[in-house]
Amino acid sequence: MNGKVTLENMSVHFGNNHAVKNVSMDFAAHSVTAIIGPSGCGKSTLLRSLNRMHDLVPSAKVSGTILVDGKNLYDRSIDPVAIRRKIGMVFQKPNPFPAMSIYDNVVAGYKLNSRMNRAVADEIVETCLKRVALWDEVKDRLKSSAMDLSGGQQQRLCIARTIAVQPEVILMDEPCSALDPIATLKIEELIEELKERFTIIIVTHNMQQAARVSDSTAFMYMGELVENGATKKIFTTPEKKQTEDYITGRFG
Amino acid sequence: MLQQSSLTMKNVAIAGEEIESQKSRGSNADRIFRIVTASFAGAVLVILLIMVYEMVMQSVPSITKFHWDFLTKSSWDAVQGEFGALPFLYGSVVSSALAILVATPLSVGTALFITEIAPKSVGNITASLIELLAAIPSVIYGLWGVLVMAPWLQKTVQPWLVDHFGSTPFFSGAPYGVSMMAGVLILAIMIVPIITSISREVLLAVPQSQREAAIALGATKWEMIRMAVLPYGRSGVFGGVILGLGRAIGETMAVTMVIGNTPQISLSLLAPAYTMPSVIANEFAEATSNLHSSALMEVGLLLLIVTLIINVFARLLIWKVTKGAKGGGV
Amino acid sequence: MQGMTVRHIKNHAARAIMLIATLILLTPLCLIFFHLLKMGFSSLSLDFFTQIPKPTGESGGGMANGIFGSSLLILFASLLGLPIGVLGAVYLTEFNGGRFATTIRFSADVLAGVPSIITGMVAYSLLVLPMKGFSALAGAVALSLIMIPIVLRTTEEQLKMVPGTLREASLALGVPLWRTSLKVILVSARKGVITGILLAVARIAGESAPLLFTALGNQFWSRNLTEPIAALPLQIFSFAIAPYEEWHRLAWAGALVLVVTMFTLNLGARLIGRRS
Repeated sequence: MNGKVTLENMSVHFGNNHAVKNVSMDFAAHSVTAIIGPSGCGKSTLLRSLNRMHDLVPSAKVSGTILVDGKNLYDRSIDPVAIRRKIGMVFQKPNPFPAMSIYDNVVAGYKLNSRMNRAVADEIVETCLKRVALWDEVKDRLKSSAMDLSGGQQQRLCIARTIAVQPEVILMDEPCSALDPIATLKIEELIEELKERFTIIIVTHNMQQAARVSDSTAFMYMGELVENGATKKIFTTPEKKQTEDYITGRFG
Repeated sequence: MLQQSSLTMKNVAIAGEEIESQKSRGSNADRIFRIVTASFAGAVLVILLIMVYEMVMQSVPSITKFHWDFLTKSSWDAVQGEFGALPFLYGSVVSSALAILVATPLSVGTALFITEIAPKSVGNITASLIELLAAIPSVIYGLWGVLVMAPWLQKTVQPWLVDHFGSTPFFSGAPYGVSMMAGVLILAIMIVPIITSISREVLLAVPQSQREAAIALGATKWEMIRMAVLPYGRSGVFGGVILGLGRAIGETMAVTMVIGNTPQISLSLLAPAYTMPSVIANEFAEATSNLHSSALMEVGLLLLIVTLIINVFARLLIWKVTKGAKGGGV
Repeated sequence: MQGMTVRHIKNHAARAIMLIATLILLTPLCLIFFHLLKMGFSSLSLDFFTQIPKPTGESGGGMANGIFGSSLLILFASLLGLPIGVLGAVYLTEFNGGRFATTIRFSADVLAGVPSIITGMVAYSLLVLPMKGFSALAGAVALSLIMIPIVLRTTEEQLKMVPGTLREASLALGVPLWRTSLKVILVSARKGVITGILLAVARIAGESAPLLFTALGNQFWSRNLTEPIAALPLQIFSFAIAPYEEWHRLAWAGALVLVVTMFTLNLGARLIGRRS
């Protein structure tokens, strides 16, 4: 099986700490894959190695193979800066740039890199804000600070910012953990829509969320991949005892 | 709606390609960025090393000529080419030490007043007033010292001291105004803000639980301060005092303006004196012979060594204390 | 019961001593302000800002050349010192850790403690000796050496306070590290950085010791960087120790102008800092 992103024997070490252990799995294109597991199980670490965010941590070492479209992500010829445009990321807490307006946040990925055509920028802002269903709420105050938005709006803005650079894969690291239930619901609906265009990998500790939004689910425990497969199957007839214990709430 | 959206996304894709062409430059640019910023940061170390190197090299003629005599002889004569720095060493050490002696109790008392006793608003106002004091340039302390304080010392304070304590060596001689005493007082005024603000920071870092523990045992405020606050903050306050000492030793303008600039060693606080920075300030621009400027450079080198030792020591102390406080306790 | 009273007396005595210490400490502060305002305002006139010092014995004159000279020195010291301080701090935040960064931090702290007169001597032997003459340039270099460690350390403090999530957000958008640091991190911390810069400018604006044998001072106008130049603090110094009443008055006026400038800078720095 060839997915959009393929892991082969992938491990992450922080110094002597073996945080992700020999994980092999596929992430299918145009689908939502959820990674679940108790906190500290390595799921966020795994996610962050998929767009080379660990490059900034000197003690972090990624080994094994990560293939994106069949190319090794950690190959010498790959520019980590370029790859992050192809593989976008949405973070746990909404993190819009505080010194920028709503408008500038959406086109931040471009603006920080080059001067851009005003008309093109306007287009991008409108399209992306519409895609995240934020346009109607903010179209009259695009120049005001992104910090004036509510938490849920900020997170949708961050998603707009991510899709504005036209990634192929979007990584989401517990994107709803700082949000209230209504804002969470909106993000979940958005994820459902986005998968038509993007490959989405979402880390969550909320099992209901995984069940609601994902097509397939991977369960991790103590740095190891315990089980992965179709979400329906994982949540109804898991093969491993550990998975069953976790999803029925017996631990974690 | 969907159609329109896919149409506009095409534009987005075009804009995306503009960026595409820049991608490959990314990590090279980051490497250059690292090298450039590292060299700017490295400049700080280079400056320090050049500073020490220059001072040493310029002092060599004086060092080779006078050896240890430079530190033990007290004649300073540019005409004869005899240079002994003892009076300046004495003046610097005594004026700074006495200034610390005057400033420390006042500063610690004030810091305690601000953090432990005063209502918050009074404490804050006092603290900002003292910070203002720290922002006043040295030359203005000197101006006030020479035009207001020295005449007052000469007319009021020193005659009284001569009348009552004139028989002791410390207050003998004629009241000049400009004197060791004036130097000490102006230095004390100038280092008070440093010691006070560092003491205040250190005292504020004492965990509230320490104070509460003492109060819960039935301690009065003073007992609480003695039991819980002072022991906890002692080494930090000490670091502040040492830092104040470093400032006092290196202080130039204000001292030069009030200490009298006479290279002599006298026990009397009423007598004029001279300090290391002052002699540099007064003579360096006009030094005619190479030996004279080299001797002044050596005075500067001594000053540099003393302040480096003092500062390293103080930094280590304060660093240890604040690190301990961040770690959540001792 | 007896013990209790003794303890309370001790307590009150200790409190009284602290209050007295505070009052003693504030007395010279108030006196300095009092004299500065009284003497300064009574001596200040429009001439002060437009005239240069009159020759000995003549009355009137001002310190216009000193104000101009100080501004020029500060400008060039900033041009030299700010890039080193700010970009050095960017390095310390972005490539934190390692023995090199620790060495730099330590050097900056030590450098900040070096007496400013030594800085002047070093600038003298690096510039005045080879150029065979006192110059504004040497003065600016001496001032920049004082400025660098201050700007470096305050900027680093401010950059460290920018949440790491912003850096991640920018990098995740495929923005290179150098643009991330300069356009996201530095921009986010700009208010704090400007505060630090203003405080450093205030600090060098009042320095006179490092200028004594670099910029030297000048009784007349000079716009030439390779010539000696007047500076306000230097003029205050030489006028204060001169034996003429008239010059003392000018020194007071200069002191008032200098203090007001520095307090304005400090206050501005604090206001900007507080808003962030």
